[in-house]
Amino acid sequence: MARMKFLCDADRCIECNACVTACKNEHEVPWGINRRRVVTLNDGKPGERSISMACMHCTDAPCAAVCPVNCFYTTADAVVLHSKDLCIGCGYCFYACPFGAPQYPKVGNFGSRGKMDKCTYCAGGPEADGSKEEYEKYGANRLAEGKLPLCAEMCSTKSLLAGDGEIIAQIYKERVMKRGYGSGAWGWKTAYRETIES
Amino acid sequence: MLIKRTHQHSPRQGSVVESLAARAGGLDRRSFLRKSGVAGGALAALGTMPLGSVRKAEAAKAGPLTEGATIRKSICTHCSVGCTVTAEVLNGVWIGQEPSWDSPINRGSHCAKGASVRELVHSERRLRYPMKLVGGQWTRVSWDTAINEIGDKLQAVREKSGPDSVYWLGSAKMTNEGAYLFRKLGAFWGTNNTDHQARICHSTTVTGVANTWGYGAMTNSYNDIRNAKTQVVLGGNPAEAHPVSLQHLLEGKELQKANFVVIDPRLTRTAAHATEYVRMRPGTDIPVLYGMMWHILQNGWEDKEFIRQRVYGFDDIKKEVEKWPPEEVERVTGIPGEQLKRVAKMFATEKPATLIWAMGQTQKTVGTANVRASCIALLMTGNVGKAGAGANIFRGHDNVQGATDVGLDIVTLPFYYGLAEGAWKHWSRVWEVDYDFLKSRFDSKQIMETPGIPLTRWFEAVTLPKDQVAQKDTVKAVFVQGHASNSITRIPESLNGLKALELLVIADPHPTTWASLAVEAGRKDGVYILPVATQFECKGSRVASNRSLQWGEQIVKPIFESKDDLEVIYLMAKKLGFADQMFKKIKVENNLPEAEDVLREMNRGSWSTGYCGQSPERLKAHMKNQAKFDMLTMRAPKDDPEVGGDYYGLPWPCWGSPEVKHPGTPLLYNTNLHVMDGGGTFRPRFGIEREEKLPDGTTRKVSLLADGSYSLGSGIQDGYPEFTLASLKKLGWDSELTEAEMAVINKVNPANPDTVSWALDLSGGIQRVALAHGCVPYGNGKARMNAFGLPDPIPVHREPIYTPRVDLVAKYPTLPDAKQFRMPNIGFSVQKAAVEKGIAKQFPLILSSGRLVEYEGGGEETRTNPWLAELQQDMFIEINPADAAERGVKDGGWVWVTGAENNSRARMKALVTERVGKGVAWMPFHFGGWFAGKDLRGNYPKGTDPIVLGESANTITTYGYDPATGMQEPKVTLCQIAAA
Repeated sequence: MARMKFLCDADRCIECNACVTACKNEHEVPWGINRRRVVTLNDGKPGERSISMACMHCTDAPCAAVCPVNCFYTTADAVVLHSKDLCIGCGYCFYACPFGAPQYPKVGNFGSRGKMDKCTYCAGGPEADGSKEEYEKYGANRLAEGKLPLCAEMCSTKSLLAGDGEIIAQIYKERVMKRGYGSGAWGWKTAYRETIES
Repeated sequence: MLIKRTHQHSPRQGSVVESLAARAGGLDRRSFLRKSGVAGGALAALGTMPLGSVRKAEAAKAGPLTEGATIRKSICTHCSVGCTVTAEVLNGVWIGQEPSWDSPINRGSHCAKGASVRELVHSERRLRYPMKLVGGQWTRVSWDTAINEIGDKLQAVREKSGPDSVYWLGSAKMTNEGAYLFRKLGAFWGTNNTDHQARICHSTTVTGVANTWGYGAMTNSYNDIRNAKTQVVLGGNPAEAHPVSLQHLLEGKELQKANFVVIDPRLTRTAAHATEYVRMRPGTDIPVLYGMMWHILQNGWEDKEFIRQRVYGFDDIKKEVEKWPPEEVERVTGIPGEQLKRVAKMFATEKPATLIWAMGQTQKTVGTANVRASCIALLMTGNVGKAGAGANIFRGHDNVQGATDVGLDIVTLPFYYGLAEGAWKHWSRVWEVDYDFLKSRFDSKQIMETPGIPLTRWFEAVTLPKDQVAQKDTVKAVFVQGHASNSITRIPESLNGLKALELLVIADPHPTTWASLAVEAGRKDGVYILPVATQFECKGSRVASNRSLQWGEQIVKPIFESKDDLEVIYLMAKKLGFADQMFKKIKVENNLPEAEDVLREMNRGSWSTGYCGQSPERLKAHMKNQAKFDMLTMRAPKDDPEVGGDYYGLPWPCWGSPEVKHPGTPLLYNTNLHVMDGGGTFRPRFGIEREEKLPDGTTRKVSLLADGSYSLGSGIQDGYPEFTLASLKKLGWDSELTEAEMAVINKVNPANPDTVSWALDLSGGIQRVALAHGCVPYGNGKARMNAFGLPDPIPVHREPIYTPRVDLVAKYPTLPDAKQFRMPNIGFSVQKAAVEKGIAKQFPLILSSGRLVEYEGGGEETRTNPWLAELQQDMFIEINPADAAERGVKDGGWVWVTGAENNSRARMKALVTERVGKGVAWMPFHFGGWFAGKDLRGNYPKGTDPIVLGESANTITTYGYDPATGMQEPKVTLCQIAAA
């Protein structure tokens, strides 16, 4: 089975936010919930760089480790998903997540935030693939259709890569070798406990 | 919302998010803006609703997601890159977007706008039905009532004040077919007051570039930039304005290890990826370019052979360049000599080099001269007509190149034929209407051949005294179909125009700021709003910046009571009584003209620009076979049965009739290719020789034809003039014309068929024969460094009308006052008065404006899209930390921005950033719906107000018009900022 990962090439990201609106479009994500967003470092200064961020679908995901109701599960493709039926909106996963991925529909304290929502790697949830129930709770299931996450597929500069970890690491490695620079596979050490040597 | 990387409750020490925030050293543009929370009251509620309950069209998506869905392809409507949009449609509902992998242009990619276009069609805030303002209230009316009342009023205006008192403002968002018909509507109505957004984006490019080497368009393509060894961006921020182009720019930079130079007053998102960033003072493009040329000439880096063979006027330029040694360039532009020398060396010696520009060069009183100077720099270094080189002019709207080509313009009929009698006669032949009938529609033959009023001056054409507007009467009615009002400078003065109009018609998917400002101006009646479909609900061709035509399918039928542009135009023509004449050769069904048939009519008349070969059938075959085109060359394999050998989108010129099977021209003026493979030469458009005065008082004649340079396989191995029947006879090639072709030529000009040219011959025979001999129909001339005939034949630096450098105005003044385009241009008086009154002391900051990636143009459409609006919720102004500190302005705090005219003021947030240099402030130009601190949300028809409103940059912008085009000057003026 493939081990699905995300990789954002910061030397290509131009903060165009296509990944953000592609996600909104594909899953009809409501106002206020941002499964993906772009963060800019040194905004307006020399060395400005942007990175597209979402749930990285970590190895031994810390969200799953702290969840009191065990609502998280990892698919055969190593995508970290959760059940909104089990989620109690406690917010622990948000505190545990190094990427700030979990989102809540409401502002409030424990239990009143509503069901947690996050990037599904366009892989839906526990319901039957492509079912109405799955779509309503989690959005589209592109993986089941043999497609990859739309954010990466629509990236304007091919900065955001999604797919089998080994393949996208290879693409990135070749890219860095060819152009002679690269700022590394951002977030990989935290998420996957590895980096890409180039 | 909870999740912000700068969220104060971020609890985990050492989390990646937190460390990022710390490294970023403060807030970035977006988190700063979003920190304020959600925008309007309605959305605040939305944010607290549970997931799922706000979803639209969910029924359509039920079940296995795409089962039974069909795929339809159209073109993104948000910039000129020309990204294919792939839509999944189920039961007439657009249920999803998929990546368009097959498009050689976007290869699956989109930007924020392209990835969210589906919402435009679903939007609940779209106009639903026609409305009119009755006693200050927006009231629903039927289409029939609206068209009848509008038509009657237009006729009344016509009878009282003449046809020129109606201003027809069209759109770069129309398809070619829509824009062409809109221009034709103006012609049949009897006026040249027909304009569109090109006036305020690249009119100066079209004029300046066409006057240099023949055609006013991007010479190469986005894809071809991959071949460049040096990319110089001067006056553009494609990372935000043309994001998908960055795919080609950045990959080119990586693969070629290319120099990527950005020269700009702001350290833009594009500059963030540059190998060299050069900060300049706004409004000094010509000194920057001459400064580069000074180093080039000083070091002998110019391309001498190229200049000798293909350039006219080099000596004149040399003299001007001598005035710009490094010290003077630094004094005027602020750029150190050594840095500019480095850039000049790359540009001239690490070739091919391309110069990329957009509105940073064009939107100035010296816009035409700016782009001319850019062309001259390219000519001097031999960087034109080659892969990886060229003037890569990034146009704005998706079809602004096309709308310009099809003549939705005040200075010409379709396809740059001009307005002279010969042009009208050409089109009357194509339209098969009597020339005298067309003439009878105008007030006079003289006004029929006089350029109209630029849209930048529409409100002055309403409010100026009658004797200052050189037509029968001032403008009384404006019919605007697809154009924002807040994109036009001097909004405070436009309110007077809105108030004084007798009739305002707004035909658009959204009410736009025309509606909200008309109400603000005090109007209680005389305003109509017609709901028009987006281009995703229409079919037709669009032209990307690289001159490729792409056929878009109708994705879904027009929603609510919206109508296709073409239908609205037809209904108006019918009501006004000339539909039968205007649509004589075009099939119309249920009031909807058939787009294919409109294109066929264009094919029949567009010989001058080479739009004659792009039949609807060929364009559709290209869309169907997208995957076959090479990404780099954009060419399909020669053996393909449907599109073999074609370049993608048949980039114009695509010579001859469709049967000639010309492949299109991917790079203009490329002599390394045969003309039938897309090769070309510079176009001799300004005579074949010129009499020059010598210092001793004598004159000499200098040839304007190319010298020993010609396109590959040319039957004439030297320069040659345009082809006419007479020149074919001279060459002995006229015998190759068929009898049928000769019959048509004789019909075009029975009295003197010898004068019939390649552009007027409706048979295409002259073009066919020229091509058969490897010759370019328009001839083979020299490009002009000296563009005699323009206000500044040699580009001259002129300070902006409102400049902080009053010390430079005496040496570099703007041009004297003059009458242009039926109106007075008093720029010189305004500049002089500003200096005398010490305006620069009162308003010491330079104000510039530009793009945000999430929004487009006036922004009403994109600010209505929640997926985009959420990302940019507040109007803001960028201010340098030093300037902010002097004024006690805090990052994220409210400020009042005041302008140099009309006591203008605007309230917005401050973004304190080093992105702008000291003394420079910058605003995005997409906001509207506020005026002078007042929220105008209540002025929109109920339920159609954009989600995000804000002050318009153009509330603060000021006087200033390019003498050659009427272009406005929103890129450089003066302002003051104070904490609110």
